[in-house]
Amino acid sequence: MLEGFNFRIIWEYMPLYMQCFAATLWLSGLSLFGAVVVGIIACAMRLSQSRIMRSMAGVYIETIRSTPLLAQLYFFYFGLPSMGIMLPEWLTGVIALTLNSGAYYAEIIRAGIQAIPFGQIEAGIASGLSYFQRMGNIILPQALGNTIRPMLGQAIILVKDSSLLSLISIMELTRAGQVLTSERFTPAEGFLTTAAFYLIIYYLLKAFSGWSEKRLIFREAH
Amino acid sequence: MWGFYFNELMRSLPFFLKGLWMTFAVSGLSLVFGTIIGFFGGILRAGRNKPARMIVGAWVDLIRGTPFLVQIFVIFFILPGIGIELEAFPAAVIALTNLTASFITEIVASGILAVDKGQQEAATASGLSNYQQLRFIVLPQAIRSILPPLVGQYVLLVKDSSVVSAIGVVDITRVGWLTVQRIPEGLMVFGLVGLLYFAVCYPLINLSGFLERRMTVASTRL
Repeated sequence: MLEGFNFRIIWEYMPLYMQCFAATLWLSGLSLFGAVVVGIIACAMRLSQSRIMRSMAGVYIETIRSTPLLAQLYFFYFGLPSMGIMLPEWLTGVIALTLNSGAYYAEIIRAGIQAIPFGQIEAGIASGLSYFQRMGNIILPQALGNTIRPMLGQAIILVKDSSLLSLISIMELTRAGQVLTSERFTPAEGFLTTAAFYLIIYYLLKAFSGWSEKRLIFREAH
Repeated sequence: MWGFYFNELMRSLPFFLKGLWMTFAVSGLSLVFGTIIGFFGGILRAGRNKPARMIVGAWVDLIRGTPFLVQIFVIFFILPGIGIELEAFPAAVIALTNLTASFITEIVASGILAVDKGQQEAATASGLSNYQQLRFIVLPQAIRSILPPLVGQYVLLVKDSSVVSAIGVVDITRVGWLTVQRIPEGLMVFGLVGLLYFAVCYPLINLSGFLERRMTVASTRL
């Protein structure tokens, strides 16, 4: 296979790949940002006093976690137009990715907050700290330390999941591989190059995860 | 109009059940093969043989670092180039088995490494062979931390199997995609698709949660 490997074609398509690499980065970056916001809101709802809020967040999280992303993506892609809502493909894709990862982020953040022993909050109250001081100085630093690793893990999953957007014909890395394959009949060059680009993102995020583990973690205080 | 489409959809219910069966077939086969390969991989990954450890580690990274969609395309489009012609179904099973095996490898390896080192030393001191140590000392204890994430992995397996629809395997997602060309009510069609996945995955997610609680209790009682 490798003796016939044509680097010239890859070089020729490099501008396309770089463009699609950038598209993958900003599509997943945007979805990542949205997912963390949705995750925080869903997590706050899940931990709230109100029963209705709790069950709404519960239904959202369980529904997302029990169905595949591709089915969710098609649900929005074919479903929104049938409701009369016309959105560009990339926006549909970002919405699906955001809502999908948001449910997982809600669970990650919840686990991080619930891992902090309640005694710490009580100690904060007893020391006369205000709500924001408790949040800022006691709960969030520890919750962040607990969750930075699973959060980055979910970010890696999000970047990989963005490959499914190629199936609703959004130009991103996987689509670039398909374009090269269909134009030049060279699937090896097309998809192995795509895979290499994803591996770059993966190893960067993985290295960052390992670094943050060493640098950022405020080791649990118990 | 909505009522008409609904009746149409009900008429094509057998088609959906056929798709469900295909999803079961692809995921079931990959589950069995993936678990077997994953256990062997995990034992190697947690073992003393350094080259084996590194090769397995590199393989896991390669699979974890690339999207499943790209892996399917590589297997389905590139293997024929080196003389291995595959139908869509076996290609899907191979890709999904490969993916599942790599994740189970990590689960099994971390389960084995979580067993206290003294246990193995004691077993060595008692004169048990390597196989006996693994079979009677390490694995029975490791299975407690392996089982909950293993069932969680099976949920991911069922969900990931939706991606094989991209190479034309007629699973539930593909059935939905084909049906929506005929019945242009995306919300309804993919609502049904989602419902079928939910019916499979939701009990599995709960089983995983139940096992997690059960196994933590079991290990604290020790």
